[in-house]
Amino acid sequence: MTDQLTTDPSKPAQRMRAGSMTLTLAPWIIAAVAMMVMPLVFTNNSALTIMNQMSITIIFALAYNMLLGQGGMLSFGHAVYAGVGGFACMHIMNMSDFFESIPLVILPVFGGLFGMGLALIVGSFSTRSAGTVFAMISLGVGELIAACSVIIVAFFGGEEGISGDRTYAQPFFGVEFLQQIEVYYLTAAWVIISAALMYLWSRTPVGRMANAVRDNPERAEFLGYSARWVRYYSFVASGFFAGVAGGLFAINYEILTEENLNTASSGVILLVTFLGGVGFFFGPIIGAIAFTLLQTVLSLSTELWAFYAGTLFLATVMFFPGGLAGLIMMHVPAFKLGKASQLIVPYLKTLLPGAIGLLGAAALVEMTFHFRHAATGDDEMTIFWTTFNSHDVLPWIIAGAITLIGLGIARATAPSLKDAWNEANTAGGAS
Amino acid sequence: MKNITKLGAVSALSLIIGASAAFAENIKVAFIDPLSGPFASTGTNGLHQFEFAADYMVNANGGLLDGQQMEVIGFDNKISPKESLIQLQVAIDQGVRFIVQGNSSGVANALTEAIDKHNRRNPDSRVLFLNYAAVDPALTNDKCNFWHFRFDANADIKMDALTDVMAADENLKKVYIIGQDYSFGKAVAAAAVDMLGAKRPDVEIVGNELHPIGKVKDFTPYSRKIVASGADAVITGNWGADMLGIGKSIIENGFEGPIYTYYAAGSGITAAFGESGKGRIRLVSQGDINPIGSDEARELYKAFKAKYPDGNIDQSRIFNTIGMLSEAITQAGTADDVVAIASKLEGMEYDSMWGGKLFMRPQDHQIIQNMNVGVHTDENVEFDYDNSGFGVVTESTVEMASMDAPTTCEMKRP
Amino acid sequence: MDLILVNLIDGLVTGLLLFMLSAGLTLIFSMMGVLNFAHASFYMLGAYFAYQISIALGFWMGLLIAPLIVGVLGAGVERYGLRRVHQYGHVPELIFTFGLALLIEELVQFIWGKNQMPYDVPDILNFTAFAISGNSIPAYKIFMIFISVGIFIGLLYVLTKTRVGMIIQAALSYPRTVEALGHNVPLIFMGVFGVGTALAGVAGVIAGPVLGTFPGMAFVLGSIVFVTIVIGGLGSLWGALVASLLIGWITTFAKSYNIEMENVLNAIGIATPENLDDNIFRDFWSLTSPQIADILPYILMVLILIFRPAGLFGKRTS
Repeated sequence: MTDQLTTDPSKPAQRMRAGSMTLTLAPWIIAAVAMMVMPLVFTNNSALTIMNQMSITIIFALAYNMLLGQGGMLSFGHAVYAGVGGFACMHIMNMSDFFESIPLVILPVFGGLFGMGLALIVGSFSTRSAGTVFAMISLGVGELIAACSVIIVAFFGGEEGISGDRTYAQPFFGVEFLQQIEVYYLTAAWVIISAALMYLWSRTPVGRMANAVRDNPERAEFLGYSARWVRYYSFVASGFFAGVAGGLFAINYEILTEENLNTASSGVILLVTFLGGVGFFFGPIIGAIAFTLLQTVLSLSTELWAFYAGTLFLATVMFFPGGLAGLIMMHVPAFKLGKASQLIVPYLKTLLPGAIGLLGAAALVEMTFHFRHAATGDDEMTIFWTTFNSHDVLPWIIAGAITLIGLGIARATAPSLKDAWNEANTAGGAS
Repeated sequence: MKNITKLGAVSALSLIIGASAAFAENIKVAFIDPLSGPFASTGTNGLHQFEFAADYMVNANGGLLDGQQMEVIGFDNKISPKESLIQLQVAIDQGVRFIVQGNSSGVANALTEAIDKHNRRNPDSRVLFLNYAAVDPALTNDKCNFWHFRFDANADIKMDALTDVMAADENLKKVYIIGQDYSFGKAVAAAAVDMLGAKRPDVEIVGNELHPIGKVKDFTPYSRKIVASGADAVITGNWGADMLGIGKSIIENGFEGPIYTYYAAGSGITAAFGESGKGRIRLVSQGDINPIGSDEARELYKAFKAKYPDGNIDQSRIFNTIGMLSEAITQAGTADDVVAIASKLEGMEYDSMWGGKLFMRPQDHQIIQNMNVGVHTDENVEFDYDNSGFGVVTESTVEMASMDAPTTCEMKRP
Repeated sequence: MDLILVNLIDGLVTGLLLFMLSAGLTLIFSMMGVLNFAHASFYMLGAYFAYQISIALGFWMGLLIAPLIVGVLGAGVERYGLRRVHQYGHVPELIFTFGLALLIEELVQFIWGKNQMPYDVPDILNFTAFAISGNSIPAYKIFMIFISVGIFIGLLYVLTKTRVGMIIQAALSYPRTVEALGHNVPLIFMGVFGVGTALAGVAGVIAGPVLGTFPGMAFVLGSIVFVTIVIGGLGSLWGALVASLLIGWITTFAKSYNIEMENVLNAIGIATPENLDDNIFRDFWSLTSPQIADILPYILMVLILIFRPAGLFGKRTS
């Protein structure tokens, strides 16, 4: 945000520079409005549930990025803080005397407090070092707590977990949270509030020092800040917000199980955050949305969704480690120069055939899988709204041709895209 | 930036979800079980059995009511309770009225409560929960509700039948119990101790052990203990990789007696045991496969194998479920009013093609049927599992097992 | 007494298997600073390849060929994948191997399906070697012990007594200097990665019949391998051996003897509370050692990381 190229004040894009209130507040207001309006577009309950799942993942991913992106601490067992917060909320739901006296809307705070409590304990010894040792301790603690969760039935409920009913809380301005839409608005409000708080945290001295400790701990110490304590505070704050995510999970699903704590969940949040982009605040938000769509919606269409997810992650790490957010932010210089529009046509020329080629490749993968594993006699399969017989040669040829042509065109037009890119990023010249 | 990406992503979602226009008047059954991940093979096999049942038993005979076809839609829950609840919502939004599920009592518990709450809060889109394999006894006791029906014998009923057979064995002096450390494994152990104690108080229980579920790679230390204890027989409720592990391990390490199990067949387990398990491994289950319960069942099995050469009918209760559901729909005259259908389903008596009669107890919605104890062998096997030549042959049958067993269910009827 | 001997042998087998996996991993780490999350996936590939080969050519050809294929694949992954990601830092490298592990698991399911493969012990080894008071020791286990020990000795010999080994050991600590001396360090890296994954492949070939060949086998073993090398010390071969054996014996003995928490607590003077079923600590009281046997390594790892972060024999604290 600080690199200043030659700007032309008559262009509105270049007037919006860092520091102006419009730029800072605009995304938040737009997001809030969008969240309020979304249920009017997607009215059925399953869409609401999926959007709630996205919101919960967003908060969790943002909390995780406080450690990873901002603090440089890689944790493999972060799901336990969300899980413990969630379990605590479930137990509170089941303590009917206490639960009936509090409105449901403040329940996530308790989740956050419990998550923070656990982080206080674990962080006391795990944040002494950073890097691999920290990662390994987090793995060990994560596995331990996940393993204990099946043994300690009193708190964790064993295999069935703990369940409860959210409708017995104190009604909040008459709302009893019977309907999914009411839960949606509650979750949406919490997402905005938590994201805002986490953003503000990153602007406080401890948040900024976390960045410094990530980049150069020794130098940070010379400034007078203890790297260890900065890491500890970040860890505890991250634990709080993870607990909030857990509490919202408890409200939304009314059941919590061992799955919320296990290493697989910790792994997923790592991938989600990385997919979105660890270098930017809003990166995990994008990652959370993309991954929820992948996991829930894509799995309705194909059995191989995990295969595509794995390939996507690998591609992200190898080719654009800045994540999806990084990809978007790459365009900021061009946008500032007012030359972003130059990129539209080259993008269409390269990315569109490329996308079609990739879809063709996906079709080939699906067909191979179907050919190999489907039942005998079950020859027909459906992709992209067409039904055909996977044992015929023609569909294979078509799919193969689409793949080759699509990728071929993309490859051929790539140099011109590169030129256009360089052109768009250079200041001066015709616009 | 945030909002644009959000909008763009979610509009893709709307296209897909919104595109679930109702198929013309099909009776939809949602199958919510794992179709990917470590338990995918059991789930996929179950889905095949359901789809086949709907096609062969219902659609081939002209459908139900005025020609409505039955459609089974698979929803992958990846064995996760959270994912199951999401898929439940998706299914309900697609107009499904009947949910079937069976793999994992944990998921079943989550679903039964969610469905109860949903039906209470949304009386115009109620659904029924047909549980075909989750055997935690609590589902028809403390956690029972009007919408849940269980088509498999629960863990207690199975243990009852198993212990009847064990009690008849005079050579039995010492028994070792081992299981997975979670609600089901504990239920099996508790029932075994209870029932053996009542039927054969002279039998000594020389070991009662729980091991972490799905985590043990090498069962050798456990089998050492079993051999060292001098047990004559082993009881276990293990399933999946745990069943294979413990079974192979105790046979390899010198145990000579019978192994009484719940789930030691199908999904590659029969093939893996092969010769080593012959005559040793016993299982309690419903449905007569060898010898087959009826000619009708034989024809069905052959047709199934023609369509799925690598598949097994290891859950014949799936066909019972579809059969009884169809019967209830026909008797109630509606495929939408689930209260009417449920009222017909409870108390129903049904003749199963897999042998014997089925009775759905109205007080707890637990099905009562014949329980067979069979042995893993390659003699007299007409229908084998995993194309291995080995299968399960029925040795003894307990008729209408646990018909009068008590229940703590206090069912609230709508 | 006899039971102790039996458990020693069983623990030895487990420990040596773990060693084959962790030896490769710790070598790779010490050389490149990369924690290879996909290491257990190569173990799985070894088992599957061996199964496939054994259908056509028999178990022994599988034992010979499968690790080679896995090693070549590993070297390829290093050359075309890891090297590319290396420039972005440690976290992307880790995530790359993470994603790779996921992808390999999906690929295996794609090609071989989701069921367990009937990969069996070869008939020639399928008998009982000897028995100790009723507990049979299968001959296959003895075979496993011999192979693992053989590999360890071979590895030690190559690393300490041959010239290649010297270069590798030097490159372990001072890659830049070794490069300046004219050795092709990237090639060495690729070779070490390949050998490390080939070792994992051998472990897979041998363990496949015993522990089961199914798509989840990498996940089941994955985290315990990490625990092993952390306890032993990242980068130390001796550490990997000691830690593997330690974990093998601890878990075996914990499972064999039903030490109950209740007895332990009573022995140190805390009386059992009266109404155990309602007590909130009831789960803690009813703990038995087999229940916690598999999480003991994690407890050990956390303790070591707190009190001796470099591990038992650790050379490098990164």
